[in-house]
Amino acid sequence: MKVQNNKAWWLVLPVFLLVAFSAIVPMMTVVNYSVQDIFDHSTRYFVGVDWYKQVLQDTRLHDSLLRQFIFSACVLLIEIPLGIVIALCMPTKGRMASLVLIVLAIPLLIPWNVVGTIWQIFGRADIGLLGWSLNSLGISYNYASNTSDAWVTVLIMDVWHWTSLVALLCYSGLRAIPDVYYQAARIDRASDWAVFRHIQLPKLKSVLLIAVMLRFMDSFMIYTEPFVLTGGGPGNATTFLSQTLTQMAIGQFDLGPAAAFSLVYFLIILLVSWLFYTAMTHNDKTR
Amino acid sequence: MTLRKKVVLGLYVLFLLVPIYWLLNMSFKSNTEILGGLTLWPHGFTLDNYKVIFTDPSWYEGYLNSLYYVCLNTVISLTVALPAAYAFSRYRFLGDKHLFFWLLTNRMAPPAVFLLPFFQLYSSIGLFDTHIAVALAHCLFNVPLAVWILEGFMSGVPKEIDETAYIDGYSFPKFFVKIFIPLIGSGIGVTAFFCFMFSWVELLLARTLTSVDAKPIAAVMTRTVSASGIDWGVLAAAGVLTILPGMLVIWFVRNHVAKGFALGRV
Amino acid sequence: MDWMAWTLPTALFFGFIGMLLVGMTIWELRSPCIERKGLLPIATTRGDRLFIGLLGSAYLHLLVVGATDWSVWIASVLSLFWLFAVMRWG
Repeated sequence: MKVQNNKAWWLVLPVFLLVAFSAIVPMMTVVNYSVQDIFDHSTRYFVGVDWYKQVLQDTRLHDSLLRQFIFSACVLLIEIPLGIVIALCMPTKGRMASLVLIVLAIPLLIPWNVVGTIWQIFGRADIGLLGWSLNSLGISYNYASNTSDAWVTVLIMDVWHWTSLVALLCYSGLRAIPDVYYQAARIDRASDWAVFRHIQLPKLKSVLLIAVMLRFMDSFMIYTEPFVLTGGGPGNATTFLSQTLTQMAIGQFDLGPAAAFSLVYFLIILLVSWLFYTAMTHNDKTR
Repeated sequence: MTLRKKVVLGLYVLFLLVPIYWLLNMSFKSNTEILGGLTLWPHGFTLDNYKVIFTDPSWYEGYLNSLYYVCLNTVISLTVALPAAYAFSRYRFLGDKHLFFWLLTNRMAPPAVFLLPFFQLYSSIGLFDTHIAVALAHCLFNVPLAVWILEGFMSGVPKEIDETAYIDGYSFPKFFVKIFIPLIGSGIGVTAFFCFMFSWVELLLARTLTSVDAKPIAAVMTRTVSASGIDWGVLAAAGVLTILPGMLVIWFVRNHVAKGFALGRV
Repeated sequence: MDWMAWTLPTALFFGFIGMLLVGMTIWELRSPCIERKGLLPIATTRGDRLFIGLLGSAYLHLLVVGATDWSVWIASVLSLFWLFAVMRWG
């Protein structure tokens, strides 16, 4: 049981100040921008909630929000089951185990724009293995001009990039199951499926919640990889929320609408992460 | 069963490694070979692409800049996160749960939201285009993560150790540095690995907060695109070189990393 | 501070949030709150209810601004009722 001690605040203070500096000051600025029409440093007008109205009724934003949700859902549906399967297949001890761990971690350690570059090269029909083989097999494939090809490539790229994280999380969750459980299952002659369903899956629950949360958040703010790979195209087919926002803020320098958009974006993330977090801690308590 | 497992794992590892192999393959080819036709391995093996990077200061300084702010960020994150994680793992205090959640929301905030105000903030205090600016900006998502992971490791250390040390007359700082930190050495290693990883792979903030002096390698890489087309060979070589530091770091923590992925218990 | 582009309404808004946090801290120090279960499906403390109330108010504002032509003040008044209800019965 933890001791009640408000002096512990002194230990947290450095973190609080550091994160507050990087989070609260910018957040306040975003709020300030979002209610004004800003031309330059000295010329700005208070416009109330006009930008919010404009942003909330902007079809471009609706489209990219919809795309974003579809993308995040696809990512979760593919990566979570695949990650569990991979984790179940990983060797448990010995040299092989650490070798597999390192290989799995490689994609996580590659800068995001390089991930984009790798797939940009890999998918090209003229110099990339994937594009070249598909085309020579008679399947017409071009991620730069065909919408569905672009989507599939972005999805495969994300699976390639992040499934390892899910697998490694599940792997560490599986290691936490005592051997006794498996021995008991062996005595009962339980099938592999029964072992998975009744021993491994329940134990993975909390780890999976973390995995789902991290994957949802990160896929929801994906920017660099599709930016490098497809540049958001063809058309707007792979333009996700972050990219629409960055275009607005940096490209067109529409500070007000971009700030209002940022806050709406942040509120969505805040709600979803709060739901996940509550589910997680609630889960902890009932256990 | 075990054969089936091996096949599945083998296929997945293949899926992971083939794109990387392709990058490596291309980095050893000349541009004429790359564009001339598809070859599965470099026929005219050449190190010219790497030579370009190692002889041009604007290239290798990109790597040095990236490494510099990543290390700076790792050190800052660990220094502030250690005492905070201890507080979260040992005490209940006013607003602790809300504070923890607030920290986590920063890990989840899209960097795009903070892009513009960060630019303004660091310009106004004269830190624009410095390594420390990028390091501080990356603290936004690395500090919460570090607190989260470290808290998990610290909760695994029995409380009796703290109490015994206090009875033996250790002051808090002395106990913390001399006894507690060595106990969670592996946790610190894993946390450093995660901080390194997330700071190393992030580009959006790093690119926005720098222009010349602290330009990260990831931004330098866009230079390969010129009027005459993309210099594929050099681009591939630069990509390969960005993978190496990460591999080096994970080699050091390979024995603890599985535990680190448990990410505490929230 | 000039680059932060402060305006009176936003300053008042953040002042209000800051006062709320300070007030909650003092209240908590004076009479510590016990977690309880009200109408909401989970057991909550006072701080949790405040957070739920504020988040709900934010979404209410977005709904009113985005979907209707009503004045934003209607959303604010509704939010006050919602905030009070959540704090009292949530």
